[in-house]
Amino acid sequence: MDREVTSGLAPAGYLSAGTSSFTDFLNSAAPQLLPGARGAARGLSGSDSVYAAAGSLAGDLPHGTTIVAAAFGDGVVMAGDRRATAGNMIAQRDIEKVFRSDEYSCIGIAGVAGIGIELVRLFQVELEHYEKLEGRALSLEGKANRLAGIVRANLGGAMQGLVVVPIFAGYDTDEGVGRIFSYDVSGGHYEERRFFSIGSGSVFARGSLKKLYADGMDADAAVQACMQALYDAADDDSATGGPDITRRIYPVVAMVTADGFRQLTDEQAGAVAQSVLAGRMNLPDGPSSAQRQIPGPTSG
Amino acid sequence: MTMPFYVSPEQAMKDKADYARKGIARGRSGVVIQYDGGILFLAPNPSRALHKISEIYDRIAFAAVGRYNEYEALRKAGVRYADMTGYQYDRQDVTARGLANWYAQTLGSIFTDQLKPFEVEIVVAEVAEVAAEDQMYRITFDGSVNDEHGYVAMGGQAEKIAAVLKDRYTEGATLPGALSAAIAGLAAQANGDRLDVMASQLEVAVLDRSKEHRTFRRLTGSRLEALLAEVGPVAGTERTGAAAKEKKGTTPGPDADQADGEPDGPAPAGSSGAEGPG
Repeated sequence: MDREVTSGLAPAGYLSAGTSSFTDFLNSAAPQLLPGARGAARGLSGSDSVYAAAGSLAGDLPHGTTIVAAAFGDGVVMAGDRRATAGNMIAQRDIEKVFRSDEYSCIGIAGVAGIGIELVRLFQVELEHYEKLEGRALSLEGKANRLAGIVRANLGGAMQGLVVVPIFAGYDTDEGVGRIFSYDVSGGHYEERRFFSIGSGSVFARGSLKKLYADGMDADAAVQACMQALYDAADDDSATGGPDITRRIYPVVAMVTADGFRQLTDEQAGAVAQSVLAGRMNLPDGPSSAQRQIPGPTSG
Repeated sequence: MTMPFYVSPEQAMKDKADYARKGIARGRSGVVIQYDGGILFLAPNPSRALHKISEIYDRIAFAAVGRYNEYEALRKAGVRYADMTGYQYDRQDVTARGLANWYAQTLGSIFTDQLKPFEVEIVVAEVAEVAAEDQMYRITFDGSVNDEHGYVAMGGQAEKIAAVLKDRYTEGATLPGALSAAIAGLAAQANGDRLDVMASQLEVAVLDRSKEHRTFRRLTGSRLEALLAEVGPVAGTERTGAAAKEKKGTTPGPDADQADGEPDGPAPAGSSGAEGPG
């Protein structure tokens, strides 16, 4: 069934008391499975040549682009466009870069898509693994810290151009609020107030969110604001994709509240995207900040 | 140079097996049974924190009897195996069959290679899209695997329980129906002492076929009490059951496992509110 058991005895690690971290277990039992350049956890020295080779390729690898997140009264919303670019080419039109990490949190990635998606998979298993072994979920802070460790393990790859930066958001069940955490490639993580964005179009998206965000807004308004921000990012950043009306490809919108994680269906996200587009037909630059005109609740 | 006494391999294996069997018989048995909406797990366990029944993966759960520290180590190893396999391949590639084989290999090699065998008996079950494809495997201390259908009892009194389940189990039973059969089965091990069917004395969980993603659910608190009330008094939990007549003096009592650090608290022989007529 599994090549590890051919020796008869279970391989070291499986039956040990060990820690409840899947990453730690992987690091001891099968380090070759860790994301990023093989053995990135071992530091910068071991596989520099691999990194150097990968680094020269980095520009040709698919990159994920813009993700936005905004906290609102009952939780937090995260939305990401659907484009992946490789250099000046569009590598994929319908890539998903926002994921459920567990029942009360979500994660978005920007940067080299291959490593980023692997990192997300590891993080998802990490959270579920801990929950199963310990019988309780990690605190939101604990999840954010754990993600920092996983990001830091890819530092070697990042130094050579294989940069991946996540954004993490979740509902803090203890405090009853939505919280957002941003990261840098060295594993530094910072709690963000109200809203944040990452990726190539993040500058434009954040500027847009800054004007559209209102404290205490409801879920629909937060989804609208995120959709507007993604539109503004797509407007000015060539690597960010806008809503694709002809192919019916719309941004992925996830929401985490006290009721848990929920991803808007294509129809729901499509309806919000359509309403944003309809508004832009009259106001191509979007709602004016002076009036704080965020379109009212929609079917989303 | 001192020479160890010669012990024939047959004798060594027999001694180990006897040792393991005795250890397992000290603890109380558990039942895993199919119902129309999934698979039900039931074990007497007054502890809320130290579980005998646990989630392994999306559609796979684990139940064990015996020494707590040993089956807890096996449970963790199973979660590691499952998460590793799912991470390396895909979530749908983690199967009860694979896990049961892995446990069989592990327990088998522990039994032969190590001085002290594990005093555990475990069941690995996987809920499928349809009841006919549900899988249940019982793995014993020496690594032998039994592929079971419908119901499976584990522990020192497994045969006695299985005999009751054989009569009571019906294919496609409802959850209360299956729970009733399982409680009657567990009552058979009590040797005439009544089984405590209070919600606080039972650990109950299901693999719910209708759920998405992770199907494992613990039934606790008011939900379990409501279910037990629906089941009502179970004939087998009466003091004068057929089991009482079979009582043998040599069989250790159900609460003789205290010294071994089993999570089981003392099994109160007294009555309880939720119990059937005594």
